[in-house]
Amino acid sequence: MEGFDWNVIQRSLPYLFLEGMRFTVTLTVLAMAGGIIFGTLLAMMRLSSFKPVSLPAGAYVDLMRSIPLVLVIFWFYFLVPYIGAWITGADRPIQVGAFYSALVTFTMFEAAYYCEIMRAGIQSIPRGQVWSGYALGLNYWQTMGYVVLPQAFRNMIPVLLTQTIILFQDTSLVYVISATDFLGAAAKIANRDYRLVEMYTFAAVVYFVISFGLSYLVKRLQFKIAVIR
Amino acid sequence: MRYNWNWAILFAQEPGGTGTWLHYLLVGLVWTLATALAAWVIALAIGAAVGTLRTTTMPWVVRIGNAYVEIFRNVPLIVQMFLWFFVFPEFLPTGLGDAIKQMPPPWGSYIPAVLCLGIFTSVRVAEQVRAGIQSLPRGQRMAGTAMGLTQYQTYRYVILPQAFRIILPPLTSEFMNIIKNSSVALTIGLLELTGRARAMQELTFQVFEAFAAATVIYLLTNLVVVLGMRALEHKVRVPGLIAAGGAPQAGH
Repeated sequence: MEGFDWNVIQRSLPYLFLEGMRFTVTLTVLAMAGGIIFGTLLAMMRLSSFKPVSLPAGAYVDLMRSIPLVLVIFWFYFLVPYIGAWITGADRPIQVGAFYSALVTFTMFEAAYYCEIMRAGIQSIPRGQVWSGYALGLNYWQTMGYVVLPQAFRNMIPVLLTQTIILFQDTSLVYVISATDFLGAAAKIANRDYRLVEMYTFAAVVYFVISFGLSYLVKRLQFKIAVIR
Repeated sequence: MRYNWNWAILFAQEPGGTGTWLHYLLVGLVWTLATALAAWVIALAIGAAVGTLRTTTMPWVVRIGNAYVEIFRNVPLIVQMFLWFFVFPEFLPTGLGDAIKQMPPPWGSYIPAVLCLGIFTSVRVAEQVRAGIQSLPRGQRMAGTAMGLTQYQTYRYVILPQAFRIILPPLTSEFMNIIKNSSVALTIGLLELTGRARAMQELTFQVFEAFAAATVIYLLTNLVVVLGMRALEHKVRVPGLIAAGGAPQAGH
């Protein structure tokens, strides 16, 4: 296509990657860590035989999985300032930047998905493992922490990583709260210089290369783990 | 800290003069469903074709199918939405491109949104169809060949009728995904349910009432879809053929 302006891409590379991609990657990594921790706790709650513990966890996961991520982003964007005011005791909603709002959103949202993965992982561990833990005199937390979770986590690593690639792609939705993630940075340049075709095509190529590369690595890892088992 | 709750806002008139805010949101639901259903037709048609072709023994067809899946799976939905809306018309002949760009709202955003969601979801349907076909015992295909059926006949009468029954549950969750994902179309200006909740929030400042109403509408819609699909699963069930429980999958 003639008139494709390569120059605008070259010019904006530092902004796109040092601002935009740094936001995207930081958000992805922190939300993954938070999401897996919170998701594992949710999975343990869901598997509890004590209804007052398992029901709220189940309701939370089902709720998060039933509504669109865009709506969840809006919810937390407006809710987080109120929660912050409630925690700090301030009498008006506190200012929270787009980054922290997005971090809370993705941690809470992805936790529901990580929960379902970890639940399947925990259930894939033979019951005998749990019984032998108790037979050795370990309590619930020790059995979980030393026996069940390390195995469950290991079995689920490929699925957890695949979910993280989806999380990486989904962070682009912070566009709706005007955050400057990679897509947000590309969109700002696109609108400022009126170079929508160039910037959006370039953004698509970058997302593709990263996601495709990561999925390839996950596939190889899956193969390796499958051989050991 | 205080927030002025005002649930009565749902029954107040919206400034456009079309009715109450609740009615305004429900019209959004109609657009959400209209987008999701039209995209679902595309997704099922392309997904079934691509998924089936990827299990055949024609290497080039399999390779093209794989490339199609990888391309549309590894680009975020919102970026694909922008490509269909902003970039795609530029690559068409000038007259056609301009005609698309000048379509009156909401069609100017509705059509790109349907194409985008349809193709995005077709990839996921294709993966389910392929997994369903590959989960069948190899003997099924061999028996078809042994009986003198052609490859086409084997697929038509032996493989696909079983595979589609197996993948009905995962297809249900893909259908719920397409309803949820249609909310991304608000970024190209389609006023579907989430977009309308956002608009209501901006005009009335009743943030939590608007989003709570939208949330409840989504939950009810999901409930209807789950019940409907459960009835369909029951109806097409073959006695004695038990669908295997699916492996855990990543999703959004």
